[in-house]
Amino acid sequence: MSLTNRTKVVSQKRMSFLERLYLPAIFVGMGITLKHTFMKKATIRYPEVKRPFSDIYRGRHVLKRDEQGRERCTACGLCALACPAEAITMISAERKPGEEHLYREEKYAIVYEINMLRCIYCGLCESACPKEAIFLTQKIVDSEYHREGFIYGKDKLLEPVDKDKRIDVSKRQTPEVLNFKKLPNEKHNI
Amino acid sequence: MATVTIDGYTIEVEDGTTILEAARKIGGEIVPPTMCYYSKLKGSGGKCRTCLVKVAQTSAQNTRPMPKLVASCSTPVQDGMVVQNITSPEVLETRKAIVEFLLINHPLDCPVCDQAGECDLQDLSFKHGVDTSRFDEGKREFDIIDIGPYVKLHMNRCILCYRCVFTANQITNGRIHGVLYRGDASEISTFIKNSIDNDFSGNVIDVCPVGALTDKTFRFKSRVWFLKPMDAHRDCPTCSGKAVVWMHGDDIYRVTARKDQYHEVEDFICNTCRFEKKSTSDWVIEGPRKIMRTSIISVNHYDKEKQGSVINPVAKKIQKPAEK
Repeated sequence: MSLTNRTKVVSQKRMSFLERLYLPAIFVGMGITLKHTFMKKATIRYPEVKRPFSDIYRGRHVLKRDEQGRERCTACGLCALACPAEAITMISAERKPGEEHLYREEKYAIVYEINMLRCIYCGLCESACPKEAIFLTQKIVDSEYHREGFIYGKDKLLEPVDKDKRIDVSKRQTPEVLNFKKLPNEKHNI
Repeated sequence: MATVTIDGYTIEVEDGTTILEAARKIGGEIVPPTMCYYSKLKGSGGKCRTCLVKVAQTSAQNTRPMPKLVASCSTPVQDGMVVQNITSPEVLETRKAIVEFLLINHPLDCPVCDQAGECDLQDLSFKHGVDTSRFDEGKREFDIIDIGPYVKLHMNRCILCYRCVFTANQITNGRIHGVLYRGDASEISTFIKNSIDNDFSGNVIDVCPVGALTDKTFRFKSRVWFLKPMDAHRDCPTCSGKAVVWMHGDDIYRVTARKDQYHEVEDFICNTCRFEKKSTSDWVIEGPRKIMRTSIISVNHYDKEKQGSVINPVAKKIQKPAEK
């Protein structure tokens, strides 16, 4: 009695003499191997050769600075709220007089951490950010020996002050954002 | 007693009740939003114009409509009055304009502001406003003032609702801050930067519908949606001691008064409770506070909202509009 009607009868046919030698089958297999030796390779020699990434590839994050080198992030917490993996944490602090050249707004993130093991690179933090402070880049998160190394603080996330070393994110900005930046009365994006 | 119909819902209220209070008795979607009116403060209302409604029929005797939209917070009902709020396109259009006016001088620095997430102006502009601004001119700018050791005044964000002035007049004895100058130059300030040191002065933070008056002990500490609001009480000699503590783990980040569904304070609390008792041992924690599911504070808390948990005591007296 069978539980289903999908049973199959397996044929236990006796193999012929040639089949029992196995040699023809071995040569057929070797032939396939040889054919693949001369075919175009599916792999590349990373890291000497790198594959081109899409312009909007979502790799590790960068915290942007503005034109004058001030940190854009104001620790509003919307990225952490939008993050489905809860990878982002931050502690905010108040800007003191004399620090206007370091931080754009009167509040800034004194600690900003992304746990790269938790992050799923969905880019929701990028969409949530009202200050255009966080962007995902085409860089890949480096491998580490320990878990602690994957918790990226501001030292790893923040882009350099040096203008030549800034990370270009212009291709990631949507037409809506670029249009919005042209509006004269929206001065928060200057 | 007067019978009034608001958006098709008919209710009988006492003479002298305002349209807004009658609408709140009915409850639900038809309650006009308020920015300056505060039912606990005498004389408040009539300034922000967000609660404007259309009176389609003045009374049973006078069936003509009122010529202009009226502020529902300060217009008393009359017998047989027919009011339109969300059913009138004119009211909704006007409300949109009012939001635009309120935002003219508002800096929109919500990412910085501590009130973000529980701000009445944010809710109002989300629901009734437009997402672009037509205002090209410069906004008013003021310096940030310390009002006493605990309160910070960001005059840029103020919408001049006068609630804090009424609170200081009616809840505390001896008001020090008030409105200076006139018209579009008017501003909330203290006379020569005097400090408020009254026991109940911290309540101006709770009544402020925007982030103009904020708690200095909570300044930039966290965002409201990262904290867990818990009902708590303590034995306080000066106030009722019933408050909400906003916790992160075992730490109390701030203490506020309990607010009802219209964001109005139920019991005003004293400064000792609000600013100085920030240790878990000071409070008897009752349990998590019910937060509306639409609020950003409840995001990621995955609480199932109980249906019909609020029972309207006058529900039986309300006549519902006929089904179409």
